[in-house]
Amino acid sequence: MLVNQPWRRALETICLPIAALLVALVIFGLFCALAGANPFGVYQSIYKAAFGSWSAWQNTLIRAAPLMLTALCTALPARLGLVIIGNEGALVIGGLASVLIGLNLGTALPAPVVQIGMALGGILGGGLWIMAVGALRHYRGVNETISSLLMNYIAIAILNHLVEGPLRDPDFVTKPSSAELAETLWLGNLPATRIHLGLLYGLIACVIAYILIQRTTFGFAARTAGGNIRAARIAGLPVGKLTLAICFLGGSAAGLAGMVEVAAVQKRVNESLVSNYGYAGILVAFVSRHNPLATILVAVLLGGILASGGILHDRIIYPMPPFWFFRALCFSACSLAIPFTAGFRFFSSIGWSTSGQ
Amino acid sequence: MAAEALGWWGVPLGILAGTLRGSAPFLFVSLGECLTEKSGKINLGLEGTLLMGAMSAYGVSYLTQDIVGPGLSPWLGVVAAGFSGMVLGAIHGWLAQQPRVNDVAVGIAMIIFGSGLAFFLGKPFIQPQAPQLVTLNVGGWSSVPQIESALKLSPLFLIGLAIAPLLQWFFRSTRWGLYVRAVGDSPEAAKAMGISIFQVRMLSIMAGSFLAGIGGACLSLYYPGVWTERISSGQGLMAVALVIFAHWNPVQCLWASLLFGGAQAIGPAFQSVGIDTYYYLFNAAPYILTLLIMIITCSPKRTLIGAPGALGQED
Repeated sequence: MLVNQPWRRALETICLPIAALLVALVIFGLFCALAGANPFGVYQSIYKAAFGSWSAWQNTLIRAAPLMLTALCTALPARLGLVIIGNEGALVIGGLASVLIGLNLGTALPAPVVQIGMALGGILGGGLWIMAVGALRHYRGVNETISSLLMNYIAIAILNHLVEGPLRDPDFVTKPSSAELAETLWLGNLPATRIHLGLLYGLIACVIAYILIQRTTFGFAARTAGGNIRAARIAGLPVGKLTLAICFLGGSAAGLAGMVEVAAVQKRVNESLVSNYGYAGILVAFVSRHNPLATILVAVLLGGILASGGILHDRIIYPMPPFWFFRALCFSACSLAIPFTAGFRFFSSIGWSTSGQ
Repeated sequence: MAAEALGWWGVPLGILAGTLRGSAPFLFVSLGECLTEKSGKINLGLEGTLLMGAMSAYGVSYLTQDIVGPGLSPWLGVVAAGFSGMVLGAIHGWLAQQPRVNDVAVGIAMIIFGSGLAFFLGKPFIQPQAPQLVTLNVGGWSSVPQIESALKLSPLFLIGLAIAPLLQWFFRSTRWGLYVRAVGDSPEAAKAMGISIFQVRMLSIMAGSFLAGIGGACLSLYYPGVWTERISSGQGLMAVALVIFAHWNPVQCLWASLLFGGAQAIGPAFQSVGIDTYYYLFNAAPYILTLLIMIITCSPKRTLIGAPGALGQED
């Protein structure tokens, strides 16, 4: 029987993430039942808090924006067969770079120019940070998973050092922070919403990433090298350049997420920048199986879960485990669901499931 | 005050003390990872195992102190830590050996799963004080209090010292050690010998996770001796990198663990003599050291000496 490949692929792209999240929800329901809560009541509250109203949707989308960007930091290199989990570090460095530019240029130049500069700073900072991981991988054979995770800790140490020392704003006493960005540099909202422009950045970045991987020679070369690196070398593909380029692109997306968080949410840089969007981004990438379009969908679903955690935490209705735990469990259940879905016979016959093509 | 009396000598002494105290978790996790990788699978999830071990050790020590007394309860905690690690190891071992499943991806999942579970179950234990393991006062001869406190050794550390050469002997001279090496180096040959690859890897991963769980007990029951969610801060993952540096040799894992324990003590040691300008950067020293060591040790051109032949290859 002829197999309708594109149809099947689309089905897989949508079904697997949803199946993974369902598994997570069922496991969480079991834990809730153990704690004496009605799981269905809990599901309903989560739904209400995440997608139940326009206001809930806005909260969800605000959280989905950085997730889309940080997910690309794992998803793009995965097409080359690299498992990079330095998203948090790239986000932090990107945020730092954009704040440095924003504070130094300040109001000397027109605001849009400075904003573009800040975005470029985030892109360059995060991009070079992850490109270093790629370079270590290519030139020294250093395991990229371990090195990228170590770089997270180093990035956070740099952040802490700067906000406690050279960048510290003595007038802001709540917690060690840099000075505040000028108000003209804040990222605006989409018309008639509370959702900042970062959502657009995320959507555009995901679409560009999809086109780049699926529709260009560059993407084809990357997928080839990811499938069989020896064959790619024999075919004369520049594996080193590909590695560096795709790591730069992945890192720049996470760096841009840092810029978005700084310019739209925090307005200054401090330890709150380390808010686990990076780690959640890894999960989004894995659940969406490194497909940039599926990333949008999964980021919105996970954004909803993050948002419901924040809201439901304030009014505890059920005798149940605390909501930060719901998040942790949802993440872990999701990530444990991935290996299961990877083994599905139905999907394993098509290319997409094999380690990122 | 104490630091003033010793002056600058406080720094090397602080680093020495920190090395003796802080290297035990590295030692246990790296030995566990060494065993796991010798069988041909990578377990990145030991970071989660470490946290889970720390939590269960602390929890069991706290809960059983009234039943068995504060002398014995920490030891029950150590055993519990080992077994909780083993359960996580069994999950990893089963998942990572499914067809077409990447063990690195499962490892990342297990980091998140292990730490999430540890945070959830460990929430009630953040406040109360659990009975700690006894320490052996090797430094009783000294009149300098810093030296005396530096030489308060944990019995777990000494056990770790003994396990390292034992594991090396196990790999070199026992039938089971040969099985593990055969499965890790050449699964086809092992299959021809009639060894079950699945079982050997499963047992290696479980035994390795048992050791890593005990590493967690070192954290929560000896040094720093509390249970918090930030207690491991990447030590499990550094230990995985350390195995590469040690060329999959258990005795070299021991030296490497001492080095890492020392690097970790640099920040606090400088702080103790009043230098805290670069506190955060000094505290990042172990991560930077790990990275540097990997850059120096690894090479894209040759296989590392001692690397198991089938490591990281999908079956």
